[in-house]
Amino acid sequence: MLLKIIDLLSKFAIPFMIVGIISFGISKKIKVYESFIEGAKGGFTTAIRIIPSFVAMLVAIGVFRASGAMDLFTKAFSPILEVFHIPREVVPMIFMRPLSGSGAQGIMSELGTTYGPDSLVARMSAVMMGSSETTLYILAVYFGSVSIKKQRHALWAGLIADAVGAISAIYISRLFFGA
Amino acid sequence: MTKPKRILCNDELNSWGVNMINIIWAVLIILGFVVGAINGNIEQVTTAAIENAKTAVELAFGLIGIMALWLGIMKIAEDSGLIKIISKALKPVMLLLFPDVPETHPAMGAMIMNLSANILGLGNAATPFGLKAMEELQKLNRKKDTATDAMVTFLAINTSSVTLIPASTVAILGAAGATNPTEIIGPTIIATTLSTTAAIISAKTLQGLPRYRIERTNKRRDIRCYLK
Repeated sequence: MLLKIIDLLSKFAIPFMIVGIISFGISKKIKVYESFIEGAKGGFTTAIRIIPSFVAMLVAIGVFRASGAMDLFTKAFSPILEVFHIPREVVPMIFMRPLSGSGAQGIMSELGTTYGPDSLVARMSAVMMGSSETTLYILAVYFGSVSIKKQRHALWAGLIADAVGAISAIYISRLFFGA
Repeated sequence: MTKPKRILCNDELNSWGVNMINIIWAVLIILGFVVGAINGNIEQVTTAAIENAKTAVELAFGLIGIMALWLGIMKIAEDSGLIKIISKALKPVMLLLFPDVPETHPAMGAMIMNLSANILGLGNAATPFGLKAMEELQKLNRKKDTATDAMVTFLAINTSSVTLIPASTVAILGAAGATNPTEIIGPTIIATTLSTTAAIISAKTLQGLPRYRIERTNKRRDIRCYLK
């Protein structure tokens, strides 16, 4: 039942937004087509502007993952995190989530197939997946798009939020689903 | 006799903000290649670097159409006054989060659209609105190479995700054969609320630290900063 509602919501959210905004525009006697064209002009320049930071970030993360350095890094941290009752299996997820969205998704699917989609670790990783974003990528792309070089405290704020999110995800999942 | 206070200038104040991303980026790449060499898969690492560079450009090009679509829709929402109406409704929250942004400024509208899209789980609409918001925030920025408080708070919220319905995660879990994938929604909302709260609190707290603080008026900046 709930699944159906969510399915409907995610199916209709975008159509509703587009139709709603255009209808509202017409009701306010706006030349909707001309407004659209005017706004859409900005699409090209913005998309092109993010390329340098996009390339820099994706290459760095790709190299780090493909080499096995990510696995080493994760292994080094597992024992420390186990002290806080964080299962070894979800440690890669904690480090991957802020770095790479597709990487995190990969880990989540992997945990699902290895331990079963209804296992605690699979659910923990799913909650982590849904409750956080790819911090490093967002900062690089968004700041890169307007040529900001001094990001100040942005990275720390993002990483603190990620840490809080990951720990909450783990403990809350255990509270909800834990044996 | 008391020691004279050391004068900190903007460039020094923000040096950490610059260094962090440089260090992380360099460490990722150098460590990656070194570990690759030790592991004996240096070729795959090289391939990954080149492939990802290509992927990045493909993704950016793919974004052109999506950007154009959503920026076009947003312009209609702007011209029709819809954004103004929503802005008014959200005014108390937005002014609390972004006190430096005038409430009628286009940046406010773009940020509202971005946050709404995020809440609804519309990732591909959120990015164009977010990039537009940064562009508008940059217009309010007096030091063009340095992030403003509003930018950092805005991005902190974005990196912590504010989704109400993690639709794609539910879908992946469902595809993997979970008996009741929607079960994760409750915990996800709690976790994301906590992380967003942490993001806002840390952004607001850190922005006042001497290391990160931006001098608001030139008057307060010491003359010696210009003489350096």
